[in-house]
Amino acid sequence: MKIIVLMKQVANKDAILRINRDATWIEEGDLSFEVNESDGYALEESLRLKEKHGGEVVVCTMGAQRAKSVIKDALARGADRAIHVVKDDLLNLTPYAGAKILAEAIRGEQPDLVMTGLQSDDNGFAQTGVILAELLGLPHATIVIEVDASGEQLRVKRELESGWYQWYTMPKPALLTIQSGISQIRYATLKGIMAAKKKEIKEVAPAATDPAAPSQRVTKVYFPQKTKQTQFLGDGNAKAGAAQLAEKLRSEARVF
Amino acid sequence: MSAVADEKKIVAGGSFLIEERAPAEIFTPEDFTEEHRMIGETTREFMDKEVRPREPELEQHRWDISRELLRHAGELGLIGATVPEEYGGLGLDQVSGGIVGEHLGRSASFATTMGAQSGIGLLPILFYGTEAAKKKYLPKIASGELVTAYALTEAGSGSDALAAKATARLSEDGTHYVLNGEKMWITNGGFADVFVVFAKVDGDKFTGFVVERQEGLTNGADEHKMGIKGSSTTALILSDVKTPVENLLGEVGKGHKIAFNILNIGRFKLGAMCGGGMKLMVSESVRYANERHQFGKPISSFGAIKHKLAEMSIKTWVGESMIYRTLGLIDSSLTDTATPEAKLRAIEEYAAECSIIKVALSEYCGFTADEMVQIYGGYGYSADYPAEAAYRDARINRIFEGTNEINRMLIPGMLMKRAISGQLALLPAAQKLMEEVLSPALQSFDEDEEPLAAEMKLAQNAKKVALMTLGTAAQKYMTKLADQQEILLGVADIIIDTYAMESAILRAQKLVASQGEEKAARYLDMVRVFTNDAVERVETSARNVLAAMSEGDELRTLLAALRRFVKRTPSNTVAARQRVAEVVIQANRYAY
Ligand SMILES: Cc1cc2nc3c(=O)[nH]c(=O)nc-3n(C[C@H](O)[C@H](O)[C@H](O)COP(=O)(O)OP(=O)(O)OC[C@H]3O[C@@H](n4cnc5c(N)ncnc54)[C@H](O)[C@@H]3O)c2cc1C
Repeated sequence: MKIIVLMKQVANKDAILRINRDATWIEEGDLSFEVNESDGYALEESLRLKEKHGGEVVVCTMGAQRAKSVIKDALARGADRAIHVVKDDLLNLTPYAGAKILAEAIRGEQPDLVMTGLQSDDNGFAQTGVILAELLGLPHATIVIEVDASGEQLRVKRELESGWYQWYTMPKPALLTIQSGISQIRYATLKGIMAAKKKEIKEVAPAATDPAAPSQRVTKVYFPQKTKQTQFLGDGNAKAGAAQLAEKLRSEARVF
Repeated sequence: MSAVADEKKIVAGGSFLIEERAPAEIFTPEDFTEEHRMIGETTREFMDKEVRPREPELEQHRWDISRELLRHAGELGLIGATVPEEYGGLGLDQVSGGIVGEHLGRSASFATTMGAQSGIGLLPILFYGTEAAKKKYLPKIASGELVTAYALTEAGSGSDALAAKATARLSEDGTHYVLNGEKMWITNGGFADVFVVFAKVDGDKFTGFVVERQEGLTNGADEHKMGIKGSSTTALILSDVKTPVENLLGEVGKGHKIAFNILNIGRFKLGAMCGGGMKLMVSESVRYANERHQFGKPISSFGAIKHKLAEMSIKTWVGESMIYRTLGLIDSSLTDTATPEAKLRAIEEYAAECSIIKVALSEYCGFTADEMVQIYGGYGYSADYPAEAAYRDARINRIFEGTNEINRMLIPGMLMKRAISGQLALLPAAQKLMEEVLSPALQSFDEDEEPLAAEMKLAQNAKKVALMTLGTAAQKYMTKLADQQEILLGVADIIIDTYAMESAILRAQKLVASQGEEKAARYLDMVRVFTNDAVERVETSARNVLAAMSEGDELRTLLAALRRFVKRTPSNTVAARQRVAEVVIQANRYAY
């Protein structure tokens, strides 16, 4: 089974973020970066499937040269080889445009399974995987927490809302977006780290973006403004206060 | 292949005192490879996820958990990082070993356990064991299946380790040795399976052995210690304990070589562990200082606290610069195929540097822990907050792997020994310097534009101060120099600060070269502050030492030379420290 895992490099979760001078993005100068959390679980799931069923795990990353560390890390944990789509600026890429580039980069590989994280921790669109599935003509399932690839068909368990789950059967090949926290991610052992040095990392240029594709431009980045307003309801009359509160919860806070 | 062919042209140990280095010549953490970085990540992740959460259990002496963690560390490759592949290790360079050690320092207790397992308990077998012993023990030690300990110290012989009373005698059939005696303060004593034991054959030939746990080998109860309570420390009782002749380490009567050489490695590992511990302490301190409000402001906004955060960061960074410079020296003197013997010689070459690192880092670490308590205020005194344990844990580092007094005295001692044997051209340099002292050349005042040129000049002059004091001492006391402890300690302090200053300056200059002056400004600040204070210390030590050794005209001449050597324009260290602190305050962690 050939599995392609898409992994993205994002700013470190614990980093203190600052907005850059022209307020178009965060200041990246002294940030440290790490692998997008759910992508790490996608990799782990892929490695487990490979251990069970044999085959190959190929990592694909789009990003600047610094994103190589994500690739190296994945190779050290056990991925077999990597494709690096070298692209400096991902900021103004819509999920569609990003997925389009990724689709061209991996189409020739003819994978049995494509795995992505549920969403990226920086932009949080949760779209790239789904659009990519469409572009590759593959069925997909999102928010997957368990994968059974032993049969003819793929069985996956999806997380729904409020503690509900769904088992879902789908044909192969397919694309799955993986939820965070579903397993214990293995360590990159020192042996794995040294072995990774010899593994192939193929650099490819991004395919030309489709001029017809929707494009975006980030015009302003700002921190959510915290505002605090206190209102006294009912003027001392509890009953009137309760009625006003119910009304506000309905019409303003819209909690019911 | 001969061992000699395995060695490249090397920088002589101790030669930093008489030669100048260019920034490009030294190894720094900025030279880490991607693999080095990942090794650090793995170790740190392991420490933060597996070890640190279990410290409370370790402190309850749950040695089954220590064993489990050692197995896990073994699986990851942390125990055998620098052990050759044929013995179950990974055959990595010393820098990799240092990086592992650094991150182990995030838990002082487990670092100590690992220090015995992967360092002093393993290396004697690797470097001195018979092929049979290496094959038998090393793979299982590297995997964590077997736990090791190093048993040198006895109740009556600590610093004076060679005065050990434990005995070994060859059995009548010549197949094994029988050991008797009592050892004291043995790390991992409570649960180790294999011990490196030093005992005297025929009552006087100090010798090393590998001994397996067996009937007759028992350990005492765990000591009630001030700190590192999550590591086992016990006495060890050997009564008619047997070990086959294949378990002899090196030659009979040559145990002192093993003991001392292994300690060299133990010392830089301890230094690295202190360095990692300090990074964690700075991070925790700054986080606390950012959160804790008094007088309506975070305490990190107060100059007094900034001063502390800056000083802690500076010592951490300078210490780190010394460690990796030295590890880089060791690595660059070795080829990939270097035999264990070649490695050992390379490390022995830098014995003085290893002692410098041990003393400097253990004291920087103690300082940092002390200031951490102070930043936490009353909460620093509470066992419910991390500063209290950090403070207690840090204290042991000045005692084991050779007390700091012993290590200090070793520094000038080893340099003199190398000078006398011709390995280090210290004496001609000292002579030349004395000429300069007597007939001072006109000071050149050409303003150098290089960043840190003034600091570098001071560091080079500090070397002259070291040579001047050491040379004067050698001349005055000749073969009795070893008895002049106060003088030796003073000279050692000068040498330590010299190595520290130069390592930091070279690293910062290398950063300027790679990142440009603007981005490297934060490092320049640290180096300026450190040099400013280090030169102050050098001057004080030198004055005391010189005044103790000479008088009258001679003293006046020496003091005049000293004044010339340490002449400096004070820089604004208050502002520089504030900027240094601001970096960690903004990042909310150690960020250099
Ligand atoms: C927690 C812990 C773990 C340890 N682990 C191990 C281990 O795994 N294996 C092992 O073999 N040992 C171990 N040790 C022992 C340790 O190495 C010794 O305690 C240390 O070497 C000091 O010896 P000592 O305690 O006998 O002190 P002493 O040698 O009695 O020293 C007492 C004081 O006198 C000073 N002093 C001694 N001699 C001189 C001198 N010639 N000139 C000037 N000053 C001098 C010392 O610097 C010190 O300040 C451990 C100790 C501790 C506390």
